Amino acid sequence: MQAFETDAGQGEPVLRMTGITKRFGAVTANEDVSFALQPGEVIALLGENGAGKTTLMNILFGQYAPDEGSVEVFGETLPRGNPRAALSAGVGMVHQHFTLAGNLTVWENIVLGTQPLGKLSLSPAAVRARITALAQKFHLKVDPNAKVGKLTVGERQRVEILKALYRKSRILILDEPTAVLTPQETDDLFATLREAVALGLSIIFISHKLHEVMAISHRVLVLRHGRLVAERAVTDTNREELAALMVGSEVTAPDIPAMPAGPALLSLRDVHATGLNGVTLDLPAGQITGLAGVSGNGQAALFDLISGLNPVRSGAFTILGQTPAHWTPRAALETGVGRIPEDRHTTGSIADFDLTENAILETYATKFSRKGWMNWGRARAATEHLIATYDVRCPGPQTRIRLLSGGNMQKLILGRVLEEAPKIILANQPVRGLDIGAVNYVHGRLAAARESGAAVLLISEDLEEIMTLSDRIHVISEGRLSPAFARGSVTVAELGKWMAGDGEGSHAA
Amino acid sequence: MEIIDILLSVSFWAAAIRIASPLIFATMGELICERAGVLNLGIEGIMVAGAFAGWFAVLSGLPLWAGVGVALLVGMTFGLLHAVLSVPFGLSQHVVGVGVTLFATSTTFFIYRVALPEVSSPPKITAFQPVEIPILSDIPLLGQALFNQTSLTYAAFLTVALTAFVLYRTPLGLAVRAAGESPSAVAAQGLSVTLIRMGAVVVGSGLMAVGGAFLTMSAFDSFFFEMVGGRGWICIALVVFGAWKPGKAMLGAILFAAFDALQIRLQQTGVGAIVPYQVFLMMPYVLSILALVLMSRRAEVPAALMVPFNKGER
Amino acid sequence: MRLEPISNAGPARKLLPPVLAILASFVVAAVLALVAGGDPFAVFGLIFKGAFGSKFALLETLNRATPLIFTGLAVAVAFRAKLWNIGAEAQFYAGAVVTAALGAGAIGLSSVFLLPILAITSALAGAFILLIPALLKTRFKVDEVVTTLLFNFIFLLFVSYLLEGPLKDPMGMGWPKSARLIPEARLPRIVEGLRLHWGFALALICAVALYVIDRKTTLGFEMRAVGQNVEAARFAGIPVTKVILKTALLSGGLAALGGFSEVAGLKGSLTLDLSPGFGYTGIVVAMLALLNPLGVVAAALFVAAIFVGADSMSRAIGVPTYLADIMLASALLMMVLAILFTKFRIRRD
Repeated sequence: MQAFETDAGQGEPVLRMTGITKRFGAVTANEDVSFALQPGEVIALLGENGAGKTTLMNILFGQYAPDEGSVEVFGETLPRGNPRAALSAGVGMVHQHFTLAGNLTVWENIVLGTQPLGKLSLSPAAVRARITALAQKFHLKVDPNAKVGKLTVGERQRVEILKALYRKSRILILDEPTAVLTPQETDDLFATLREAVALGLSIIFISHKLHEVMAISHRVLVLRHGRLVAERAVTDTNREELAALMVGSEVTAPDIPAMPAGPALLSLRDVHATGLNGVTLDLPAGQITGLAGVSGNGQAALFDLISGLNPVRSGAFTILGQTPAHWTPRAALETGVGRIPEDRHTTGSIADFDLTENAILETYATKFSRKGWMNWGRARAATEHLIATYDVRCPGPQTRIRLLSGGNMQKLILGRVLEEAPKIILANQPVRGLDIGAVNYVHGRLAAARESGAAVLLISEDLEEIMTLSDRIHVISEGRLSPAFARGSVTVAELGKWMAGDGEGSHAA
Repeated sequence: MEIIDILLSVSFWAAAIRIASPLIFATMGELICERAGVLNLGIEGIMVAGAFAGWFAVLSGLPLWAGVGVALLVGMTFGLLHAVLSVPFGLSQHVVGVGVTLFATSTTFFIYRVALPEVSSPPKITAFQPVEIPILSDIPLLGQALFNQTSLTYAAFLTVALTAFVLYRTPLGLAVRAAGESPSAVAAQGLSVTLIRMGAVVVGSGLMAVGGAFLTMSAFDSFFFEMVGGRGWICIALVVFGAWKPGKAMLGAILFAAFDALQIRLQQTGVGAIVPYQVFLMMPYVLSILALVLMSRRAEVPAALMVPFNKGER
Repeated sequence: MRLEPISNAGPARKLLPPVLAILASFVVAAVLALVAGGDPFAVFGLIFKGAFGSKFALLETLNRATPLIFTGLAVAVAFRAKLWNIGAEAQFYAGAVVTAALGAGAIGLSSVFLLPILAITSALAGAFILLIPALLKTRFKVDEVVTTLLFNFIFLLFVSYLLEGPLKDPMGMGWPKSARLIPEARLPRIVEGLRLHWGFALALICAVALYVIDRKTTLGFEMRAVGQNVEAARFAGIPVTKVILKTALLSGGLAALGGFSEVAGLKGSLTLDLSPGFGYTGIVVAMLALLNPLGVVAAALFVAAIFVGADSMSRAIGVPTYLADIMLASALLMMVLAILFTKFRIRRD
């Protein structure tokens, strides 16, 4: 593919990536990608998970060396695979997962790596003064002396941006920066970015949220399967076109017909626990209850509570009409709670166990053993059945699960849960990082489980996912729940208010 | 009361400082390693190697301080072995540490046997002698105990100050502390986690070896097989007790040494006549375990301790 | 440079670690033999002859391997569950103490009853010794490496006290040693006339039993799951704390059986030098065996052969016996390094 001509360009581009190709074994992560970034420009890099956005930025930033192609910053070609070179050439990156040390203060995090290691003093006063000045200029409110471990997610992001600005970066790369922000915090971030652009900085903004891309950028580059498939000026395009470009075909999301709500299979009344402050929640049979919210506001705590990992401190916990005395993961499983955890690599599976061992992890004691003796024959047969039923692409049940792709791993976990015909299903970010095919598959299965009468709790940070799938929606913020909204009765803006903790009349509890 | 008499005697506190000195060196060494994110269980063996190397160098005709330098280098060499295996290769720090201890100990004993095949009792060297610091050593009790020690003891206290200064006041120390807490933060700022961690392990191991050398060159004047006797493991407990802070760890070492000095003296009193001496000898180890249990709840463990870091690995 | 996971290691790669480890130990030994003024090939020849060269040598090797199988199994079972038991030394002595205390006439029963009683009480004592660090780990999150190490020193002092006090043999001419076991408390020889006792057979039985537990029982499955990924195990409803405590009991018990076997089978009484570091060597044995229970038997035989052979070599040409310890330490380090290359390859990029 040819390099795109940029007509928005005034003068020399600040950054030029030419013919970038990167392969990992048989997988091609980037193929012949070329583009240029102009001074004062915001480019959005749009693409699905796995489209190669992060790899491309890691190459730009020197984390990986490309197999082919070159990176030029301010006319100078960067040496391959050297993060230091990218940094000192004026490229700053705000990673999706923050790279901050929690035991250090804000100013210490910012100054880290900017002074020669042989220097005998950190000159804290001068450093703090410069940070304060920068913070004022870019509207980034943060206390330089605070311990980073005590900051909120939004504040930490500001520290990350300050880190780049402190290094006098002229090019900022932001990888999915809004995933951890409320809609209002996102607006603040955009204000900062506009300020930066006005001062002549250039920005690469990575996202898969179309409305944000439309709001902040001048140009959009669309990546699909590692290739640059389209380039559009935002003035010449619209969300529908971008969505189609991103996926490569029309999206066929599963159709979710309305269903009458059954009785509440699980109910919480004013429940307090670690991370939860007075949660009242019903999970009715035959309904998907969506839980929206910014990451880290108690979603994991609620998931763990119903899973049996986070004990109830006070309040009423009723499941299938009973109040269990001793609620553990095993009790949850035996009662009929199926759980799809947020992190399938560390919580949902054991990397070096084979598929059989992973498939029976929750049921070995009840279904695949007698008096302490394992029945491996039956376990293998059940796993083969699971592999066939849930379309897990793998060499066989003896394959170690770490060799599977994310989608296939998730299908095995999904199968493990659904085979037990659970009455209550907890799904925490069940499609994160999956390609669109796997996403639709998982969503379809969850919808089917709901039709057969299960109560589903769907936790997600993706409002679009929540609003498409859920019959009822709660928003969680600082361990509290909003009231339930029926499908279609609430707007994104209203949900956003609740996400920020400013819902009307504040919290129902 | 015999205990009061003991606690008010200069000789008791002088002994406590003397006993604390090797622990202080080795504890600072371990602290540096752990602050960078590496648990160094090679400490026990590295102390043995250091004890032998320093003493043997002096026995072979080198001056005392050159002996300390030899011990330092030997410690750094074993540290490099540990660092290569545990940092870039990311092997289990538990297994590597135990392996390094076994390797350093057995190599030391082997060389001792090869070098001195026909001695029944090991030869002595002229060890470091106490240096009285004028004026300061006239302060009653504390001054008398603190300022009439060998120069190697003074060096131990200097090491604490230096460690604290580097860790908290310099860009290098900042990088070390960050490497033990969030290696990805270090990597994102263009620094090499691998080099910082390896450097910390190498330097820390050097200090451990100097701690060992203190035993043969200042506390005693000869080398015995069992002379380190678990001091390395105790230092690991002291790092936890000191909450990974140099000053606190030093105070812990002194407190610990005071108990040790006390039990030695109590053995000679009426209590010692009734209680078997083994009970007194057990006290340091029991105290270490107690310290670990007590501190377990509130200590701020470096978040990335024992977590290997590989860039590009998810 | 970074490490990249290998999807499926071939058999050659899988066999590499033990081969490389043994090779490394010989290379290091050759260098040190030269340092000590010996011809490396002569040294290896003498080690081999000393370990296998005669019926006596072979039996000596088997006898030396017996306690190592026990401590090796103890370490292997614990390490598989990521319970870092470095205290097999103390647990070994716990079994020895119980055997010496109860077997010297305190219980007057025939062998058929007395030996099982001694074995069981020994195992319980060892289990108890490891239970304390295990509880400190599960309750207070105290690192068990340090506590088990410190317990080694504490328990050895306790043994020293016992041997100078309650357990001291009145006929021992003042030596710190326990009274001899009564004949009923002695493990008989497997074949009359051959100096090899039933402790060796018991060790083999334990190895097979552990293998079966590992592969065929829910406990084995749970221990492996906890060792590989505690978080996933806990999430899946595996009672993690219970599994760790059960592992500790099993591990401590196995090490203590080694002490029982050594006192009741070989020595007949307890002294402070009963173990020349069997507990620590057990770590090397377990690692060389890749933590596989059946592999432990082979690794223990290898390690015992090196020790026995080095003793005899040292007597013959004066290269210090510590050569054996160095060989094993380098084998251990090389082993863990080589295991890495069965899972990853180095990539430059």
